[in-house]
Amino acid sequence: MTRFIVNRLVEIVPVLFIIVTLVFFMIRLAPGGPFDTEKSAPPEVLENLEAYYHLDLPLYRQYLMYLGRLVHGDLGPSFKNSNFSVNELIALGFPVSLELGLYALAVALAIGLAAGISASLKPNSARDYVPMSLAMAGICIPNFVLGPLLVLVFALWLGWLPSSGWDGPLYKILPALTLGAAYAAYVARLTRGSMLEVLSQDFIRTARAKGLSEARVVLRHALRGGIQPVVSFLGPAAAGLLSGSFVIETIFQIPGLGRLFVQAAFNRDYTMILGTVLFYAFLILVFNLAVDVIEAFLDPRIREEHRDHA
Amino acid sequence: MRTRLLYSRILARLGLVAGVAAVFAGCSEPAVKTLRVGNGADPQALDPHIVQGVPEHRIISTLLEGLVDTDRRTLEPVPAVASSWEISAGGTVYTFHLRPEARWSNGDPVTAHDFVYSWRRILTPTLAADYAYMLHCLKNGKAFNEGKLDDFSWVGAKALDDRTLEVTLEAPNPSFLSMQTYTAWYPVHQPTVEAFGRLDQRDNRWTRPGNFVGNGAFVLERWVPNNVIEVVKNDLYWNAGSVRLPRIQFYPIDNLLTEERSFRTGQLHLTETIPLTKVPVYVRERPDLIRIDPYLGTYFYRINVTRAPFTDVRVRRAFALALDREAIADRVMTGGQKPARTFCVPEAVGYACPVGIDYDVDEARRLLVEAGYPDGKGLPPIEILFNTNEAHKTIAEAVQRMWKENLDADVTLANQDWKVYLASQNTLNYQVSRASWIGDYNDPINFLDCFITDGGNNRTGWSSAEYDDLIHRASREPDPQARLELFAKAEAILLEEAPIIPIYHYTRTFLLSPDVIGWQSNILGYISFKHLDLRDSALEPRPVIRLKGRS
Repeated sequence: MTRFIVNRLVEIVPVLFIIVTLVFFMIRLAPGGPFDTEKSAPPEVLENLEAYYHLDLPLYRQYLMYLGRLVHGDLGPSFKNSNFSVNELIALGFPVSLELGLYALAVALAIGLAAGISASLKPNSARDYVPMSLAMAGICIPNFVLGPLLVLVFALWLGWLPSSGWDGPLYKILPALTLGAAYAAYVARLTRGSMLEVLSQDFIRTARAKGLSEARVVLRHALRGGIQPVVSFLGPAAAGLLSGSFVIETIFQIPGLGRLFVQAAFNRDYTMILGTVLFYAFLILVFNLAVDVIEAFLDPRIREEHRDHA
Repeated sequence: MRTRLLYSRILARLGLVAGVAAVFAGCSEPAVKTLRVGNGADPQALDPHIVQGVPEHRIISTLLEGLVDTDRRTLEPVPAVASSWEISAGGTVYTFHLRPEARWSNGDPVTAHDFVYSWRRILTPTLAADYAYMLHCLKNGKAFNEGKLDDFSWVGAKALDDRTLEVTLEAPNPSFLSMQTYTAWYPVHQPTVEAFGRLDQRDNRWTRPGNFVGNGAFVLERWVPNNVIEVVKNDLYWNAGSVRLPRIQFYPIDNLLTEERSFRTGQLHLTETIPLTKVPVYVRERPDLIRIDPYLGTYFYRINVTRAPFTDVRVRRAFALALDREAIADRVMTGGQKPARTFCVPEAVGYACPVGIDYDVDEARRLLVEAGYPDGKGLPPIEILFNTNEAHKTIAEAVQRMWKENLDADVTLANQDWKVYLASQNTLNYQVSRASWIGDYNDPINFLDCFITDGGNNRTGWSSAEYDDLIHRASREPDPQARLELFAKAEAILLEEAPIIPIYHYTRTFLLSPDVIGWQSNILGYISFKHLDLRDSALEPRPVIRLKGRS
């Protein structure tokens, strides 16, 4: 197992290298540069600017310089946010995105599990159809529609919650709900399906026959089996929640990494694009590794497979 | 029965969560009057010598102050760090007398040497300041900025003593004093800049909260990129007695809809702008909240004169004449925009614009016949390029319809991402392209200078020796009236040759809370925060603003 983990960690380096190389050259193919503006500065000023950021050097030398800095963990200065380095901007933005992602995950699990379990207890009744139809709607409604809708109701009509910002606990409710909603819907459907399957099995009947309370039967015995597809779903979901919050961050004015990333692409902020892509890539690689390791621990068959391949 | 028990447990847990939320909701902010401003994009930096945009200018103008400020209504120069000044007879030498009470926020006096240092800094080629070219009007300023001159003592900025600054210009420049409100001219505190990095270091940390030493009415308290910038009153400011706001927060909200919603929930007192579709709703239901101010800017189309059929001036004029600007300004735009018959904004002080372009379909058709395209026959398809944006698309569609109806021209629309669109313009890879120009200061040269031959902002391929000569002569003309007349002649040529088609003059539409006191509009959209205040009622929570119309 240790060998498997070490092998996978070593594999991360060439993958990141390939990503850096591809992205470095690809972004230069996009028309327009970081210093193109509606009000163009005189050519001599632009030359000074390109010299400052070494954009006047041949591309291969810029690439080597970038790699040289990267080895020391330096992602370079941001062209757009001139007063900050890319490292600093990621360090500021990522915790916010992470926090938002965790809340959304909590929302997804809380709502999804509750709705899924409840539906599975009374299949084909109103208690099943209503939450499952809502779940279907939750999957279908894009978050850029749901977000403003929630703001309309809770901020503009009821006046309970702020409409945007990231200042305190109240500010975090609507974004977490919006981001978590679609995942909650998936979790609900997954839970319902597998719970129905588990609940029809013999050991559940035995448990009930032994006179255990329904809550104990459901939460202790059935859920343990019913939750397994949800656990496998959480891996990709967590990665999606962390990297896919750009829309939410824009709607709710949240200073997260998703917004920085997309703005960097719009601004042709080369170093910022590279830095965020690398960071996300690293995160996803580590995440996938973690999921593989957890699965291996849970399932001896997978563990054996790794042993064979390693 | 069993499931009911399960539900009661879940409900009990939910109740707990709600209780915790209620406790948080009970927390309130400390009662300090805070003006909350929606400020558009996140500022690029807070270094006055690196930035160039409006959002940056708004914040930095609270933190730093130049020699001269402008009257926020008339935009006439008023004393700031300089309490008085004299201008030489030829109009090229300015002598500024700095007020002794002007101080940096660390207590140091603001001296003439600070200005000399600051101007040397922005003109230093290796700092690569975008707006260094504003200081090219200083004697030898351009040469120093281009690295052709190493010794700054040759540049026209001299500290005669701590409190006297002598400035020499290349040529008389009536805008020189008004330009001083631009951040490029602001002083920086040399010991602070050099304590945190080199003079020419763009990521110098002197601008961070705690490091920043300024001489403005406010000091920097907090800066969280992409989130908020907070400034608080500077008690060492020379005119601190007249500053009333204790605190201002600037929020970089680039999503128009988010910003409007934040205003309605009382999270903002002032917005940067307002979504186009909301303008009529506010005008109808809450005219007390919306402001529609004239703005020194023009929305226009560039024409690539290097591509047929627009190589022919008659075709360009025909297309310019076939646009019903009134209809676009009144019916497509709804924010009080004025149809533009000229490129310069007519409200600009003292300048008499030429007559400008009319809406004249008969003349347009006649010109097309003359150019060999009777009833539009033989005209190649025309493509209008714009950067991806709903408003630009709506306008382009209106233009498309007018050119079809009036000239029977086949017009297609193409939208591109902002940077791709800029690159297409710069490389003349377009036929007709949407464009805009917002004035930095109120002077025709700031507009007309765009279209000199090979100018960076020309982007049409158009060139006229006569136009270049007029602009050159105007920029050296000491007599203000004669100077403006030269500009008017130049603009007449520009409109006659039609490398551009003016469409409308901008307005600035935004939302302003009734809690804000002391608001004064001006054509530059320049906000003087030190003159603003909030009513005491601003400390009370306000009800959410409800609108009946489309929201």
